[in-house]
Amino acid sequence: MLTNESLAQIDREIAKYPAEQKQSAVMSALRIAQQEKGWLAPETLEFLATYLGMPTIAVYEVASFYNMYDLKPVGAHKLTVCTNISCQLQGVDAVVAKIQAKLGIGFGETTADGRFTLKEGECFGACGDGPLCLHNNHTLHTRLTPDNVDAFLEGMK
Amino acid sequence: MPLVTIDNKEIEVPAGTSVIEAAQQLGIYIPHFCYHKKLSIAASCRMCLVEVEKAPKPLPACATPVADGMKVKTRSQYAIDAQKGVMEFLLINHPLDCPICDQGGECQLQDIAVGYGGVESRYAEAKRVVSEKDLGPLVATDMTRCIHCSRCVRFGQEIAGQMELGMPGRGEHVEVMPFLESQVNNELSGNIIDLCPVGALTSKPFRYHARGWELSRRLGVSPHDSLGSNLTVQVKDGRVQRVLPADNEAVNEGWLSDRDRFAYQGLYADDRLTVPMIKDNGRWIEVDWATALAQAAGALRVLKETHGGDALGFVASPAATVEELHLLQKLARSLGSSQIESHPLERSAGRGQARWLGMPVAKVNTLDRILLVGSTLRSEQPLLAARVRAAVKASAELSILHAANDTQNCAVANAVIAAPSQWLAALTEIEQALKGASASAEAQAIAASLKSGANKAVVLGAVAQIHPQADALHTKAAAIAAACGATLGFLPVGANSVGAAVVKAQSGDVFAAPRKGYVLLGLEPELDCVDGAAAMQALATAECVVGLTAYKGRAPEYATVLLPIAPWAENEGGLVNMEGRLQTFNAATRCQGEARPAWKVLRVLGNQFGLEGCDFDTVAAVRAEALPDGWLEGLNNAAPAVDLGAAVAGAIEWLAETPIYAVDAVTRRASALQATAMAAAPVATANASLLARLGGKTTLRVRQAGLAVELAVRQDDRLADGVLRIAAGHPHTVSLGARMGVLEVEA
Repeated sequence: MLTNESLAQIDREIAKYPAEQKQSAVMSALRIAQQEKGWLAPETLEFLATYLGMPTIAVYEVASFYNMYDLKPVGAHKLTVCTNISCQLQGVDAVVAKIQAKLGIGFGETTADGRFTLKEGECFGACGDGPLCLHNNHTLHTRLTPDNVDAFLEGMK
Repeated sequence: MPLVTIDNKEIEVPAGTSVIEAAQQLGIYIPHFCYHKKLSIAASCRMCLVEVEKAPKPLPACATPVADGMKVKTRSQYAIDAQKGVMEFLLINHPLDCPICDQGGECQLQDIAVGYGGVESRYAEAKRVVSEKDLGPLVATDMTRCIHCSRCVRFGQEIAGQMELGMPGRGEHVEVMPFLESQVNNELSGNIIDLCPVGALTSKPFRYHARGWELSRRLGVSPHDSLGSNLTVQVKDGRVQRVLPADNEAVNEGWLSDRDRFAYQGLYADDRLTVPMIKDNGRWIEVDWATALAQAAGALRVLKETHGGDALGFVASPAATVEELHLLQKLARSLGSSQIESHPLERSAGRGQARWLGMPVAKVNTLDRILLVGSTLRSEQPLLAARVRAAVKASAELSILHAANDTQNCAVANAVIAAPSQWLAALTEIEQALKGASASAEAQAIAASLKSGANKAVVLGAVAQIHPQADALHTKAAAIAAACGATLGFLPVGANSVGAAVVKAQSGDVFAAPRKGYVLLGLEPELDCVDGAAAMQALATAECVVGLTAYKGRAPEYATVLLPIAPWAENEGGLVNMEGRLQTFNAATRCQGEARPAWKVLRVLGNQFGLEGCDFDTVAAVRAEALPDGWLEGLNNAAPAVDLGAAVAGAIEWLAETPIYAVDAVTRRASALQATAMAAAPVATANASLLARLGGKTTLRVRQAGLAVELAVRQDDRLADGVLRIAAGHPHTVSLGARMGVLEVEA
């Protein structure tokens, strides 16, 4: 199901907790699995549940609670744009309009070629540098404007 | 102990008691939804907010432990404002569909809304709608009504030990659901219907049948396992509409297994026998009681006079009542017959001995060490399994000896998984390990477990009792129990197995040699005997078979007289459960058609023979004679004196268990239970290596002593090698013959 590298990473997370508390590693395990697979398919959740010795529905509870776990396939580039109050005051709406026009998709959608997914995010805690966009859960892009969005998207080709 | 004041009443309670429990002891009711005395505290509904002096905000009474000097007000304006506020939030998304909701009239939300709800809603926005979930044939869902109390989720985690429902999502998008499209498939799932404080989870078979206030209630006792769960049987229009638990901490703790809860549907099966019938020149005709009884008595008398009393065999279901069994054995003995069988699913030569749990049922929760021998516990005794689970949760160590390593929904400390023919050897090893001799690692581990701990039990289940070496297993288990200071216990197969032995309704071996005449009481011999095929053969050659039965089933094939008797809800009498508790019940409904309680039928049959002492007016009078003072001293788990002969081993051994929903005639006809996954048609399961030896086929033709059936095959690596697991007690597998035998597989 997962590569040996991913499993080794999960095992390292499990080792941080007492043996009978393996399930404490569920969030890390989900992150590692998603990193490898791109998204969390039901089979992945079932695999992790067995691996961590917990009910599948309990894994699903965690995976469905947090925004950054994707339970549906996403494009190669997942863009999560913050639309909370600070970014809004700094003009994120115009940035979003520009991105949407350029990619031809709305929030929660993926481009037909499977390259881009656009998601609406909650505050990333870097309001001083807003508007903000998180790329594939790991890279934060700051100070977006309708003008620099083009270059920002070009850079992802 | 902390002294608290609740609504100006003082009470001293142990530290750690919650405010809601303390209030309950004072008789003060605090409204609540998510709190349940048998489940963990979630404090998610917030309905139980109360005012606590010096606390800066209202506190949930269920999650607030008492403290010394605490002053709580549950009905101050402050508390009521908080409760009303919560109620308004709970009603925001709750649909106003009480008129079409099955919970209407017995709904906690409805009741509490009357006390705390506003007259009008201030909420004008769109309400939340939640898609339906298919939880299977037993539980109906209307998840839009859910208030997220999480009782059903906690029940799965904590009592059933199997978390099938969860609450995925966040905030407003939280929904109670199983993973993906799976259904709830647990033997205790019906309890979530009772737990649900709203109409989100309701009974599917009962849906739209009646309102709570239209139903009359009668207390009952479940006849489907030897726990004898206490029931509230709800009746409307002379029909059982629903069965709910009755509270009895010592027996079922307010829970019911699905089998106890939904089996009532079988009472109304199409093949109910409602009129006496006799076979006249090969044709079945309906007759009145007098004719049928005269015919039955006449035929039996002729056989007795020409062939002697032992030419007559008497066979009863172990779920028949004490009174019925007493009258049956009385009738048999007065006719000079010693051939009485009331333990047809046991192989022990001493099955007339009243073997019981050896301890009160409630003590199971407090055990520290349990060795379970040959018991498919979750299907044999679903609620006792919940008690074992509770014990394990409280640090007990469970060890099992079985041919299948089924999930017990709790931690199993040690398991010896071996073919049935190896069980005696496995027990011998454990016994030797207890004595300090060398033994296998597993045996050493079990012995080490049994040596420690204070309260211990060695318990023999139904598979051990139908095992070809049942007596030898008993002897060994007794030796193990004695060596480690454990209690030896049995899980009786039928609801009244203990009572049947107490009234001495067991002697001889009825089907060993075919008899000329048979009297059958409340069982389907092809499904309810160790060797159904042999039983059917014996019945086919008999000259006269009097069937006292509630259902036709296959009885017209072998019977000569059919007498309609009342099944449990229409019957009255007493059952002795596994702990030796006599539980009596009255009829919940009138008998259907001409059916009569079997004790009355047997009494009149006795009169036909002119037997003395058969003139009972009431069932209580029969009981008084059947169970004289001191009858409890008859309970006895002492091992019989037997020769521990060698096992009959073969290449393929049949693990023949009765499936959970095939234990008796009523359950086999309960349509909703039969639609569940646990009642699926029998297949043959085996582990990978046996399957490989059998050539990896998808269907097998399995044979025993000239009898054969064809079955689909499935792999199950939890089985011991050399074991083919095929459900017995099912029409399809009747023709395999004696259970737990050695099977051949045709190439």
